[in-house]
Amino acid sequence: MRITQGCFSFLPDLTDDQILGQVQYCLKNGWAVNLEFTDDPHPRNTYWDMWGLPMFDLHDAKGVLLELHACRKVYGDRYIRLSAFDSSHGWESVRISFLVNRPKNEDGFRLDRTETQGRVQRYSTRAYATDRPEGKRYE
Amino acid sequence: MSVTVSAPEAAASPRINLAAEFSQSGVGPVLQQLDDELVGLAPVKQRIREIAALLLVDRVRQRFGLSAQAPTLHMSFTGNPGTGKTTVAMRMAEILHKLGYIRRGHLIAVTRDDLVGQYIGHTAPKTKEVLKKAMGGVLFIDEAYYLYRQENERDYGQEAIEILLQVMENNRDDLVVILAGYADKMDRFFQSNPGFRSRVAHHIDFPDYTDDNLLAIAEKMLAELNYKLSAEARRALADYIPIRRGQPHFANARSIRNALDRARLRQANRCFAAGDVELTLDQLVTIEPEDIRQSRVFQQKETAA
Repeated sequence: MRITQGCFSFLPDLTDDQILGQVQYCLKNGWAVNLEFTDDPHPRNTYWDMWGLPMFDLHDAKGVLLELHACRKVYGDRYIRLSAFDSSHGWESVRISFLVNRPKNEDGFRLDRTETQGRVQRYSTRAYATDRPEGKRYE
Repeated sequence: MSVTVSAPEAAASPRINLAAEFSQSGVGPVLQQLDDELVGLAPVKQRIREIAALLLVDRVRQRFGLSAQAPTLHMSFTGNPGTGKTTVAMRMAEILHKLGYIRRGHLIAVTRDDLVGQYIGHTAPKTKEVLKKAMGGVLFIDEAYYLYRQENERDYGQEAIEILLQVMENNRDDLVVILAGYADKMDRFFQSNPGFRSRVAHHIDFPDYTDDNLLAIAEKMLAELNYKLSAEARRALADYIPIRRGQPHFANARSIRNALDRARLRQANRCFAAGDVELTLDQLVTIEPEDIRQSRVFQQKETAA
């Protein structure tokens, strides 16, 4: 199942040139771009690992792409997302975030039903990937 | 055997007006500015003009589908202190940007401290950080020879050099690296790092300024600060320059700037010491000969004589 998280996720995967254009737009607005990766695709998982530090003071998107290539080389089998943080007063939050890499095979989610008091049912989603230990989820 | 002619346009033979192309590129004013603002440096200006011409012709060729690889433009600027290496590098970024060779046209000036770390594993991220910032622009490495310390083979500088070389090769169209430093040390640096020598296409030597050049530079500097020399003071400065040149630690334009700073100090002091008089605007902006003649440089010469 194809994960749709963040911007552009219903479009085909962005090419490097398209990523370059988006990043240049972020830099033009003075946002700090960072890269994060994870192998837990659950939508409520907000704890992604950072690839290096956020990139401040860049002028050109190519610098970000260099890092992205380096990150793909190591974690090419995981989800990588790129987000841009706007530090200006009143915003102080992430302005854009999109996936720039996804595993070859995305297993999708299992729906768990739990029966509780009476006829109440509780649902939870669980990624098949997380059944396997960390680091071996998308081999 | 049939020969395919891959240039059907040749029959139509389109013409391109290089002059029009040149004025369109917006490089003209920058080159003109270079000419106007920088005194002397004829060989440097010549080389910059050549590079500009090459890039312009390349651009036109591209339109005919004749494009070859983008030329390597990594440069090394060698010359004595105060000969304008940094100033020219700054201009270079602008020129290359106007010619469309680099995308952003900013200049990142660094020295060894910015590239080389203090402990194992510190250097690579530091160097990469700088390179990322320099993408799309010009990376200016001042006193580049300090990157390589011959006496210490475990010096982290070597690591920075390797990363630099790799990026200089792989990201040729993303950034231009300019290495700068004193000629003799730079030569030794290139000798011990053949990788650098072969990747740096342009070696530009900055000649020392002549006395006339320095006088012209002094007047330009003062004009920028809204000062002027009186005719007498101009003569005093003309006397000052050759004497200062003969003394140790002469740093061309930088020495002149320092001398002017001290002259301004004395001028202010003189105005102040005049006491309770009303100064005219002219007095406020004019540097008089005594402001210059009081310099230690002249006294040292007297004692020597």
